[in-house]
This record gives sequence, structure tokens and C-alpha cells, in this order.
Amino acid sequence: MDLLCATAVDVSRMVASGEISAREVARFFLDRIQTIDPKIHAFLHVDPDWTLSLADAVDAKRAAGKPLGPLAGVPVALKDILCTKGIPTTCGSKILENFRPPYASTCVEKLLAADAVFVGKANMDEFAMGSSTENSAFGPTANPWDTSRIPGGSSGGSAASIAARMALVAIGSDTGGSIRQPAALCGVVGMKPTYGRVSRYGLVAFASSLDQIGPFAANVRDTARTLSVISGRDERDSTSIDAGVDDYEAALTDVKGLRIGVPKEYFAEGLDSEVESRVREALDVLKGLGAEIVEVTLPHTSYAVATYYIVCTAEASSNLARYDGVHYGYRKTGTPDIIELYSKTREAGFGPEVKRRIMLGTFVLSSGFYDAYYTKGLKVRRLIKQDFDDAFKSVDVIAGPTTPTAAFRMGEKVEDPLSMYLCDIFTISTNLAGIPGISVPCGFTSGGLPVGLQFMGKVLDEKTVLKVAAAYEQATNFPTMPENL
Amino acid sequence: MPVTDYDIVIGLEAHAHLLTRTKMFCSCRTTFGAEANSQTCPVCIGMPGVLPVINRKALMLALRSAVAFKCEIPATMRFDRKNYYYPDLPKNYQISQNYTPLGVKGFVEIETSKGRKKIGLDNIHLEEDAGKLLHPEGSGAVYSQVDLNRAGTPLLEIVTRPDMSDLDEVEAYMETLRRTLEALEISDCKMQEGSLRFEASVSLKPLGAAELGNRVEVKNLNSVRAVLNALAYEIDRQAAALDARERIDRETRLWNEELSRTERMRSKEEAQDYRYFPEPDLGPIVVLDEWLQEISASLQELPNERKWRFEDEYALPSYDAGVLTQKRAIADYFEAAVAAGRAEVSDPARLAKVVSNWVMGQVLKELNDRKVEITDFPVTPERLAGLVTLIESGKISNTIAQQLLPIMIETGEDAGRIAEQRGMLQVSDTAEIEKLMDEVLAANPKPVADYRSGKKAVFGFLVGQAMRQTKGKANPQVVAEILTKKLEN
Repeated sequence: MDLLCATAVDVSRMVASGEISAREVARFFLDRIQTIDPKIHAFLHVDPDWTLSLADAVDAKRAAGKPLGPLAGVPVALKDILCTKGIPTTCGSKILENFRPPYASTCVEKLLAADAVFVGKANMDEFAMGSSTENSAFGPTANPWDTSRIPGGSSGGSAASIAARMALVAIGSDTGGSIRQPAALCGVVGMKPTYGRVSRYGLVAFASSLDQIGPFAANVRDTARTLSVISGRDERDSTSIDAGVDDYEAALTDVKGLRIGVPKEYFAEGLDSEVESRVREALDVLKGLGAEIVEVTLPHTSYAVATYYIVCTAEASSNLARYDGVHYGYRKTGTPDIIELYSKTREAGFGPEVKRRIMLGTFVLSSGFYDAYYTKGLKVRRLIKQDFDDAFKSVDVIAGPTTPTAAFRMGEKVEDPLSMYLCDIFTISTNLAGIPGISVPCGFTSGGLPVGLQFMGKVLDEKTVLKVAAAYEQATNFPTMPENL
Repeated sequence: MPVTDYDIVIGLEAHAHLLTRTKMFCSCRTTFGAEANSQTCPVCIGMPGVLPVINRKALMLALRSAVAFKCEIPATMRFDRKNYYYPDLPKNYQISQNYTPLGVKGFVEIETSKGRKKIGLDNIHLEEDAGKLLHPEGSGAVYSQVDLNRAGTPLLEIVTRPDMSDLDEVEAYMETLRRTLEALEISDCKMQEGSLRFEASVSLKPLGAAELGNRVEVKNLNSVRAVLNALAYEIDRQAAALDARERIDRETRLWNEELSRTERMRSKEEAQDYRYFPEPDLGPIVVLDEWLQEISASLQELPNERKWRFEDEYALPSYDAGVLTQKRAIADYFEAAVAAGRAEVSDPARLAKVVSNWVMGQVLKELNDRKVEITDFPVTPERLAGLVTLIESGKISNTIAQQLLPIMIETGEDAGRIAEQRGMLQVSDTAEIEKLMDEVLAANPKPVADYRSGKKAVFGFLVGQAMRQTKGKANPQVVAEILTKKLEN
């Protein structure tokens, strides 16, 4: 079987049966990365010794007659925001350039326990702040469908690694759309689970109340399987939800009778007409599959971006305070005192977008402004959550575009942070509400750029979200890998 | 104007390390004095991506203090982040409680020579301690070192209202707080190890004035003495300034132990903006009724309350009640002995006072001499009650009782049996005593003649002679009665 056309489910079955060794799979994808990645730059760190040692451990386990996990030998790309023990974890920032965590994130441990094989650490916007991966301190990632364009962000490296088949599963994090938006722009599947579904322990924090880890894959089934592996309560994360994990793969059935809500606010000004056409076609497909399409309203949608940039910058200004040059990471040397050490380290260590958000966050939390911004932001956040609660009284899932436009050109929005922020206009609300969302490919623009369709579900109802995504995928089957790479 | 022309207004903030084995948000040990940075992990040194997990024991101890000090406890509480940069604070924020402290509006009741007084508490909250900076000795050092062993140690902060008006009250408050936290096993309160620390705020206003003066906060107070000295200095300084019609600035000052003075650290304008916001890594804590019921049920009486009860219930002098309630085990011993003596001794106040005298005197002396704890003392409260009963029923004299106690300690026997075996029981047989009295009168003709001629003062001498004759075993009351009868005849 051609490994380029294989799914993660295929690979794990073949590795488990001995049809192919984990080492052969790893070798294949390492070679693929070596050939393709110079054009894409999806990875910040590839360590063949590390990858092959993980693959050998899987093969040894099989040789010893032990049963293999659900991701046996599956090549997985990890966003460089996930702590990997002894392996560089930079978060796309100069300030953590040589940082090797002495611990692993819970998500990484769970993937290892499922016998996954890590092929590298994927590029990202610095500290997950951005929508294009251009904010990486180590250079941008290219969109595999058009290398002059951005792959989306902040998990752009993870999404591009799937579209270019340098991995079969990738892990990202999503604070305001950072999984779903790049998945849409790279034509792959990406899911943000319910807040608290996946442990955040060892995920370098951007905005703690919004951050959530989730999987990317070329298809819904691989996504579902990976989500089953990484979900669950973790004693080390007090915000992880103490609820059983569904077998998401088994839930992938038909959608007959399912009620799908379509928020009218998601088809407003700023939505590209081609994107709108693809999404409306998708809704017709779902109708054809027996689902009922219902218009719903999410009246506070227009406040989501503003609310998000209050909450996330406030938390980020505090979360990123620890990068000060004192205890670990980059330090500007030769400073005369501690204040200079702090300011020169942070001035040189952080990029412009990170500094912008730290300043915004420091401002909204400062005495005299706290109530006007932060307290009000939390109130609006509750209203946005209420919008979804109300809508879900009459529908099972909500569908709409993942992004307002397809992938834009590199450099196009670098000087215009506000237009960059609006890339996440359809994805931010789910983070504020804590509900799950997925982006699946729903066709292409006339220029051949992928378009994403988003499904959002009730808290902890990943099952239904994955079910409708799988049914739609089966009915359409759009290509998820560009032909001429 | 002298200081006495001003009202003094003082508030205190206490920081107490909680008696937990592990830190507030990770499982590192809290042992004092370990090698620098040997008790650290990614969580308490603030590495990227790690998360805090609440130490349940610390939460319960903190709630215990809130219940003990009669605070209102919110149904739901959160932790908040206090943001500021300092190299001993690895995350550059401290997890604390600002918006929903775990206790508000309680009080600590103190006692001074002026009587009892309730010192109001503004709030009690839970937080994590910072690490320690070590500055190398000698000049020319261009670096400092950080020891993060203490970083993340559970810390209880108890903030009073500005309710104290003199240094006696401040001292009584600190002592009461220390005794209470120790007795309830909330903190070991070792000030020399930094497990109990104070900060003070003080202002002066003309006597009776309604408006408070500008408050000065004083930090770097490492002992009870330092708190009192710094406040005394600060009160004088402020009074002198006000006399000279100078403004007192609202500011923070540091106590300089060496020079015995306070020095300006920062003004109000320079005060930091801590940018408090709810800690998003920890969800809200719903305080369960069953927790509070459990705490209330297990909560013993506070040392001061017990002292005051001893005064009321046993009619003991304040001094006695204070000594007896200094240590919980001593107070328990006292109460058990009184309870055991009740059946035999009809006057409860007298019983309590006699037992109190014994416990404060002989018992504490023996404990001290023998270096044993009262819980290991061979003379149980019941045995002590037995001894007291023998005295009160006239079976032995006080003098004999003093001799009996060491024998009870050595042999572990009860007082009655020892007294009987060793012939130490008091003689109350009037016939026998009458015979002895006749001998005494015959042997002392002069005092007898003096008495009969009106010099009644010699009576005491004659009783003493009679007691000596009986080696202290005769019942002094019977002796006195018979002697009177014989002398009057």
C-alpha cells in the first residue's frame, strides 16, 4: 500500500499485523519530510534518532507479543507548543529557543501510550498568537496548496504537515480558531474539543481559559481515533473535565433526522462569496443526506472578536510574565540590573505580535480599566455562551463557514493586525463558549484553494459533531492532498 | 502635643505557613532548611505549560482558621492572580485570593489589662509563598542567587481591621493569634523560620477625630519585638510630624533593625498595580456544608475562650486560668482532675482552686524537673483528684500531700494506698489527739499560762507544737478544736 494514500487507521492496522514495521513507516515519513519540508517549513525540529527510537520501541513491543495501541506506528506531528521531555519546545519564540522541558505534556504521554511515533515539532505563530504562522520567530510555513500563501495559524505547521502528508496525524492547539482555521485553509480535518476534554498539562499557556488541544488528520475517522486517545480527565489539570470518553470512532453513523442549525450572523458582510457558495452547497449535501437545516440566531456574534481580545490578552499578559530571563530560556546578558535584565530580555525575546498582546492585556487588567474591559468582557462571554445554549435547544449541531476567506498571500496582512484578527471571526465564539468545533474540507475556490466547513456542538457532544462531519465527508470525498507538490 | 493627644490606629497583616507536608499547588516538600532548590519541581519553579493543583489539606486548614475566627465563608470561592515581577516569584504572579477571600468579617478576641476586646478581621485568604533571594557576602558581587524551596509553600494571610489602639493590644493580638494557630495545628508559627510574619499599618489622628490619618505600612518585621519597636518608633515619628504641622504621606516603610528606625520604601504613587484577575487554571471551589460541619465538629475551644471559661465555670483567678490554658494538654489535665474530684468534694470552686494550685505548682514543677510531657505523667488526673480528695476530707495534711506526690510518681500507686501503707494518714481520733494534747500542754507551761492570761497569740505556737508531735498526721482542725477546749477550761 502506498503510505501517502494510507490513513492512520490503515497504518496502525498494518503495523499491528506486522505487514509493515513502525520503523519502515517512520523512515518513509522522515524521508518525505526531508524532501518536501524545505518547500513548506512545517517543522521546527526533526530529530530522526528520536523518531526512529520511538518506532523501534513500537516494533519491540510487537516482537515481545504485547498488544499495540490504537495509533501503533502512526506518524504524528506535534505543534511546538506541547512539551516533549528532553526535546526542544520553542513555542515558535526566540525566548524559548533552546528550551528542553524536563517533563512531557499529558497529551504527549497519552499518544506515546497509544504507540504513536512523533516525526517532529511543528511550526506555529509565536506563543500561538496569529492566524498565518508568519509570527513564528523561525520563519513562516507555506500552504502546500499554494506555497506563496499562508497555511493559516497558529497551528499552521501542524495543518500543512497533514496536507503535504509529512504526517498522518498532527496535534495542534486552538485558542480562537488555531486548529480549525489552518485546517480549513490547508484542506484537512481539524478539531477543537470541548474546553477541558483534553488535559492542558504541558501545553505552553497562551490564554488558559480558552486554550484547548485537538487533532488534525486527513479524514474524520483518524481525527476521531486520535481524539479518543488524547481525551480524558487528568489530575494534573484542574480544568480537565471528569467525564468518560466516548468511542468517537464508533459514533460515525448517518445523519438522518439530525437538526443542523445555520446561524444567520455567519453569512454576513466580510464573507467571501466563493466561500459562501461552497458552504451553501455543503448544506444542500447534508439536506440530501436526510438532515434538517434550520436557521438559528447567535445574536452576540458581532461582539465575539472584541471580547476575545480582552480575555485572551489579559490571560496572556500574565501567562507570559514568566519569560523574564531569570530562571530558564533566553536571557539578554550584560544588563546592569534586574529591571534591565527583564526588559532587554523580553524586548529581544518576543516578537511584535506577542508584545502587542502583552501590552493590550496589561492595559485591560490595570486598575481603573479592569471593570470597563475585563469584567465587561466576561459578561459578554457569558452572553455568547447563552446564545449557543439557546440555539442548541432546537438543533443538534450548528454549521457554517470556518473562515471568511480562503488562504491569503504571505505578507498580505502582516501590517494590519485587525484584519488578521478577523480571520477568526467564525471560530472565536466556540472558544469563548467552551464548545467543540470541527473544520472539514468542503471544496475549493476557483483558484484551487481549499474551503472549510465548520460544525459546532454542545459541550462534550464531540460524538455528534464527528458524526455529521464523517457523513458529510463520505458524501463528498474532496481531495485532502495537493497533487503537484 | 505628646503622643497621648492622638488616637493611634493600628492594623496587622499576618502571614502564616500552613502545617502541610507539601506545597500549595504541587507535591514538593515544605521541610525547612533543606539544601537550596532541592524541593522544587516544574510547577513551583513556573516552567512553561505546567498547571497548579490545589492542596486539599491546605484548603481545609485555611477554612479551619476561618471557622475558628468566626468569619463569613463564601459558598463559592476562587483563586486570583496577583501580578508583579520579582526574581523570587518564578511565574511573576502569585496565586492568591483577592475577589473572594475564604473568610471575611471575623474577629480575634484578645485580653489586655484593660479587659477583653474583639479585633475585627477584614479577611483571611490563602496564597502561595515566594522563594528567597540570597545576596552573596562581600562587596563587588554582581549577582544574586535564588532559592525556590519556599516558593509555593501554602500561606495563610490574616488581615485585621484597623482596630488596635495601643501596643499592648498589638502584643496581645500577636500572642493570641500565635497561640490559636498553634493550638489548632494550623501553623507551627515559628517566627525565626519565617513561618509566621507580620506587616503593620499605623496612623494617628487627634483624639476623638472622626477622620482617619494617612496610613503608613511597615514591612520587614521579623519578630514580635520588631513589630512593637517599629510601631513605637513610627507612632513617635508621626506624632512629631503632626505636632510640627507636617503631612504624613501614605507610604510603605521598612523597619531597619540595626538603626532602630523606619525608612521610606515607596510612596502611594509608586504603589504597584497588581492587576488581579481570576486564576483561569483553577476552577471555582464550591465550599461544601459537610466540610464546614466537619471542621466545626473537630474544632476545639480556642485557648482564649477556654481561659475565659475557666474563669467563669471554675471561678478561677485570671492568672490561674491563663497558666492552665497555656497548653491544651495541661488544660485537659486540669479539667479531668476536677471532674474526677467532683464526687468527693462538695464545694466545686474550692476543688477547682485546690486542683489549680496543685497543677500550677507541684505538677508543673515535677514535669519540668523530670522533662516529661503531661500526657506521659504517671500521676493521672484521677490520681491527682484522689490526692486532693484526701486533703479535702481531712485524711492527710498539705504537708503530707507534698511528700506523697513524688512517691506516687515513683511507684505509680494511688495516694490513699501509699498513705495507708506508710502510716501517713491523718489522725482524727479525738481520744488519741486529746492524749497528745495533754502531753503538749504539760511540756509547754509558759505558753499555756500566757494564753490563759490573755495572750491569745501563742495559740498558733501551741498548734505548731501539736502538729510536730504528730509528725503532721494529726488533723489540724481537730487539733485546734481540742486545744481550744482544753485551754479555755
